[in-house]
Amino acid sequence: MKAYRTARTAMRALGRNPMRALLTTLGIVIGVGAVIAMMEIGTGSSAAIQKTIATMGANVLLVLPGTAASGGVSFGAGSVTTLTPQDGDAILRDSPAVRNVAPIVRARTQVVYGNRNWVPQQMIGTTPAFLDVRDWTDMAEGESFTERDVLNANKVCLIGRTLVRELFQGESPIGREIRVKNVSFRVAGVLSPKGANMMGSDQDDILLAPWTTIKYRVTGSTLSNPNQSAAGGTGSTVNTLNKIYPSEAPEIYPKPSEAQAANTPLTVRFTNIDQLLAAANGPEEIPAAIQQMTEILRERHRIRDGQPDDFTIRDMTEMTNTLTSTTRLMTNLLLCVAMISLVVGGVGIMNIMLVSVTERTREIGLRMAVGARARDILRQFLVEAVVLCLVGGAAGILLGHGGSRLVELLLRWPVATSLPAIAAAVLVSAGVGIVFGFYPAWKASRLDPIDALRYE
Amino acid sequence: MDSWKRFMELIELKDICKTYRLGDIDVPVLKGVSLQIARGEMIALMGASGSGKSTLMNILGCLDRPTSGEYWLDGCDVSALPADERAQLRNQKFGFVFQNFNLLPRTSAMDNVAMPLSYTAGHLSERQARRQAREVLERLGLGDRLHHHPSQLSGGQQQRVAIARALVNHPPLIFADEPTGNLDSRTSTEVLRLFQQLNAQGGITIIIITHDATVARSARRTICIHDGLIEDGAACAPSDTGPEAATPPAAPPSPAELRGIR
Repeated sequence: MKAYRTARTAMRALGRNPMRALLTTLGIVIGVGAVIAMMEIGTGSSAAIQKTIATMGANVLLVLPGTAASGGVSFGAGSVTTLTPQDGDAILRDSPAVRNVAPIVRARTQVVYGNRNWVPQQMIGTTPAFLDVRDWTDMAEGESFTERDVLNANKVCLIGRTLVRELFQGESPIGREIRVKNVSFRVAGVLSPKGANMMGSDQDDILLAPWTTIKYRVTGSTLSNPNQSAAGGTGSTVNTLNKIYPSEAPEIYPKPSEAQAANTPLTVRFTNIDQLLAAANGPEEIPAAIQQMTEILRERHRIRDGQPDDFTIRDMTEMTNTLTSTTRLMTNLLLCVAMISLVVGGVGIMNIMLVSVTERTREIGLRMAVGARARDILRQFLVEAVVLCLVGGAAGILLGHGGSRLVELLLRWPVATSLPAIAAAVLVSAGVGIVFGFYPAWKASRLDPIDALRYE
Repeated sequence: MDSWKRFMELIELKDICKTYRLGDIDVPVLKGVSLQIARGEMIALMGASGSGKSTLMNILGCLDRPTSGEYWLDGCDVSALPADERAQLRNQKFGFVFQNFNLLPRTSAMDNVAMPLSYTAGHLSERQARRQAREVLERLGLGDRLHHHPSQLSGGQQQRVAIARALVNHPPLIFADEPTGNLDSRTSTEVLRLFQQLNAQGGITIIIITHDATVARSARRTICIHDGLIEDGAACAPSDTGPEAATPPAAPPSPAELRGIR
């Protein structure tokens, strides 16, 4: 009741001088409007930057198979093949923090077209999911190979810009046949250029093909270790997990000729891949993704508690850190600008409230004469300031939101509505009203009623 | 008889002194004022400017505290009350009418009148407060001016709105500080008649501060103050309280009488 009446009195007092109330609020309107617009545009830009950094692979997690060791001699990461494509499917199915998973089979060999040849830095056998994991879905030309190509081990590939430059010299490569280790691949698409990665190596020097094709047709082996760094271990004295799976096809059936074998690869149940590439939903979900993937893989690989993992998960900590620090920097910068404009608005409010107190000295005297206590006067002026600020804040939110929408419409900048910014703007404008309204209100409440009544 | 007198007595001042400090000099304004005012009296407080009548009114109206002396209001000593309790007292017991009306600009007559109610303990709802304000305004013949702003009212009407504001809390006592100072003679007479009517019919004690002898004549008793001391009319005259309070003002005083008052 009392609060309602005080608010009404304040509204009426402000309504007596609408022009001045309007001009006073303008400071807060512009302040809050600027804050909201900055926050929305800033959040939008920040999201865009995050996305850009994400395309560099900040969300990507790399699962490497474990280490083979014999008699204290370790053979380094990837020297045993413990990962299967089914591990990837299981991760995608069971881990909510993971957006997509792609298996990777590597090869390194010569690519020939016409009279030119080149050895791409990366020759990767994978699935179409790879493009999504690496945020590389837009093609410069043509289109990606499909899951069906993966199932059939079709001889199609995607190539990067560097490869196009080196092999085709301005010709369009779409539909052309290139030879990889005497297997001819049809070029289905050209990847959009990505440039160098953070380590400076060229990411466009790449050939992508279905992993089945790379594994069965290019590296040519069926069940032997496709990882060429570990190839020397096969069949030698090193006792690795490979022994679980026969390293050669059993001699039950007649051995096919090499040409036959290359043209009709066996689909084998237990297949190993070199790596798994997984993408987390966002940089903040990377720890959760790592934990979920570890659990899934340990269960699938039947590793008992207390035994070491037979795989390694790597994240791009450096990139993630860049990402978070960039975002934090942006937010802090915007916050500083916001604070300054709000303080300026608050000083404006204080200024006008002081003028208002001087101008309404007689009214204050009268109110005191008819029984207003000091705290009634204090409350009235404080409420007036807060009402001004809140109304200004509301108008500012509309203005800022409209402004940022306009920017989005005219300049095509990315914009994101930021609810916390709106809540903060309301709180801060009320706070500014209280802080900067207090001194004038206190001054009004300290007036002597006799002097105030006599004031001219 | 003594207890009866005490009951009838609304105000008793005992040796009130008020000294202002201007820099290092003490300026005594009231030098020991003692007076009694009974319920239902209508009093004119007269004095030249600088005589201390405004200071006396401020002390009587609990806007200011005396430096020394006792102020008994309704049987309570109020000379040493803290500011908040004095504000409460002003709200409940006094109505103030000023020379320049002191109405809130750009605010309707009704809101002006209802304003003191917002500082009452809050037992009234907004609607009750507005009804009370409307009743008072209608009683003073301003029923058709409820929503007019002060700038749309004549001087006499503005002063009547101010009187309505003083009356809205049903105070037993009204202070009028030069209530006719800004009015022409015809409206002055109207306003003074209104005060007399309120005094006679409502039994409200009215204290008019003035330096105008014609205004003072409309009162039943005149207290003259000169150089911080009461010269005349300090005590209640027994005949001052009585049913004949509503009698019209006496004939204008002769120059000789005026000299006597002065």
